[in-house]
Amino acid sequence: MTTSRFSPRRLTAAFSLGLALVSGSATAAGEQYFPLQSYRVGPYAAGGTGFFGGFIDYMQLVNARDGGVNGVKLTWSECETEYVVEKGVECYERLKKGLNGAPAAATNPLSVGIAYATLERSTADRIPLITINHGRTDSTDGSVFPYVFPLQLNPYSEVSAIVNYIGQREGGLDKLKGKKIVTLYHGSPYGKETIPILDILSKKYGFAISHIEVPHPGTEQQSQWLNIRRIKPDWVILRGWGVMNPVALKTAAKTGFPADHVIGNIWSNSEDDAAPAGDAAKGFISITTHPAGTDFPVLKDIEKVVVKAGKGNLQDPKRFGSVYYNLGVVNGILNVEALRIAQAKFGKRPLSGEEVRWGFEHLKLDAKRLQDLGATGLVQTLTLSCSDHEGGGAVRFQQWDGASWKVISDWVQADRGLLRPIIEKSAAAYAKEKGITPRNCAKES
Amino acid sequence: MDFFLEVLIGGLLAGIMYSMVAIGFVLIYKASGVFNFAQGSMVLFAALTFVSLVERGFAFWSAFATTLGAMLALAWAIERGVLRPLVNRPPITLFMATLGVSFIIEGLAQLLWGAQVHGLELGIKDEPIDLGGILLSRFDLFAAGIAALLVLALSLLFSRTRIGLSLRSVASDPLAALATGIRVQRIWAVVWAVAGFVGLIAGLLWGARLGVQFSLSLVVLKALPVLIIGGFSSIGGAIVGGLIVGAGEKLAEVYAGPVIGDGLENWFPYVLALLFLLVRPAGLFGQRTIERV
Repeated sequence: MTTSRFSPRRLTAAFSLGLALVSGSATAAGEQYFPLQSYRVGPYAAGGTGFFGGFIDYMQLVNARDGGVNGVKLTWSECETEYVVEKGVECYERLKKGLNGAPAAATNPLSVGIAYATLERSTADRIPLITINHGRTDSTDGSVFPYVFPLQLNPYSEVSAIVNYIGQREGGLDKLKGKKIVTLYHGSPYGKETIPILDILSKKYGFAISHIEVPHPGTEQQSQWLNIRRIKPDWVILRGWGVMNPVALKTAAKTGFPADHVIGNIWSNSEDDAAPAGDAAKGFISITTHPAGTDFPVLKDIEKVVVKAGKGNLQDPKRFGSVYYNLGVVNGILNVEALRIAQAKFGKRPLSGEEVRWGFEHLKLDAKRLQDLGATGLVQTLTLSCSDHEGGGAVRFQQWDGASWKVISDWVQADRGLLRPIIEKSAAAYAKEKGITPRNCAKES
Repeated sequence: MDFFLEVLIGGLLAGIMYSMVAIGFVLIYKASGVFNFAQGSMVLFAALTFVSLVERGFAFWSAFATTLGAMLALAWAIERGVLRPLVNRPPITLFMATLGVSFIIEGLAQLLWGAQVHGLELGIKDEPIDLGGILLSRFDLFAAGIAALLVLALSLLFSRTRIGLSLRSVASDPLAALATGIRVQRIWAVVWAVAGFVGLIAGLLWGARLGVQFSLSLVVLKALPVLIIGGFSSIGGAIVGGLIVGAGEKLAEVYAGPVIGDGLENWFPYVLALLFLLVRPAGLFGQRTIERV
């Protein structure tokens, strides 16, 4: 009988099979998922391939060497954003529900634009949004931004540490009085974010500050550098992105400004920013939260377990140990450690975004733990809390010798005491605008 | 006064760099009436291919010749595979086709050679030359010299060779050219090949200036106001347009920027271009279209 083909039993069996196919295997359901809004094509692909390559290779290492995090294997899938905000949001929506039953731990878009666009969604969906070394500065205040984590370094800390370093080079912060500093910044919200802080630091230390904008993408900077030549600054802080960086260095040389008095920020500090400028980049200084190089034990493990097994994610193996790659590895370490800490509280199982958020908020990496992770010198010590989602605020300085970066300073700390009230004020204004009642961090555990 | 001259001369030299890209547009528009939006991608493809070959051990001239071969093949493929089947379609169709080709070339370039950024040295130290207190870029002067040679070579090609004569007749009246036995499609193929060569030269110069990376294809945005001002069908116009845009944007940024706001440099050339469109729609040297109604 034809009706038997649609009998309730068969229908239930077919439905169950379909459900199993959609949700994936039992193993997948026992995994922890990292949705990756990556960018491997487009103008910023060099950064994206390096960062996501390092992140993925670290997760591969954890799976292959340790069997996952306390037995929970890590899984991930990529969605190409091309660094375009709309695509980043689309990818977020597509991936946020997890993969084959594995819940999403956190998103890591490595894009200020995408981070801003998904900030409120992440909070509503209870999935941590990680903006390592970038993002919205006031999201450091976790009482207002519970799901956003500008790990290690927010933009205010970045420029504060640079000014402190310039002070060191001049023989003390008191010697900054009467000096001239120019900030050459990318014409975007990212580039403009630190203008008020530099103005405050200028008043505090008595140096003259000039802000000069370079319109996106920054392929032409003749007039900006001629203006700089007219100002005759002692130092130039370069807050660039992508092609703007090598063009800045080339134009500086063209107008006779010395590269060793240009200090690049966190997005002007990779090999891809300096090398294309050729000889013009020799002597260029930039900050870094994580040096390039392959001598760290964790990098050696990745090389041995992942790369030599032919599973490395980089298309070009020469980029192993580069600045962007190592940033990806650092990001992997921080995500996995947050997961591990959260598992200690909630159980050794795949966790929800909300549970992983707790792990980030209780992230503590001391010297001993960094040594255990094989990341001494690669990652700074970090202690996060409900009120502090940044945790570090320290940078080192490196100098381009024409072929590679050489670290030239110890850790230089940002003036976090000065910055904190400004951050809290900005976060409070955001809370008021959005009708958010800040958490009482004193009562959080 | 020295500073003003420095800004002005720097702007004129930068403008010549824009003209290098604009000339590629002019060549194709002149011969076929197609606004080739893929010219920027061709510049990227050329520079990326050249630098990738050099990094794989090719000598300069060997890499140059191989890249030129690749550009000729690419030009041939576009002409044969995309434009020829669309012949006699409305201009907007052809424009959209080149827009699509542009994205395909960009994707193909990254697929073939990867996404990383490359340095490109042409052996010209970009140290400033001091001329009576005015600093001039050695590299930009070199680029201006190359542009002058290129314009001279193209002028000779168009005025002293049979192909050039054929091209001029095709540009003037394709149907009449066809009636006199000129193989229009062959001429188009030649023009696309020459545009590929111009793309290679522009790619090398811009690549040495910016580093070879995806953003090279964005230099096309600088060429658009140059074309509007100079006219879409004149190589001389592309040069003059480049000079006007280069000098105008630099002077505006330096002198009007502090009053109006930074970032003027990006949109000021388009203000100039719009003004030209209103006053002289065909541009300074473009052909005016006169139709019998």
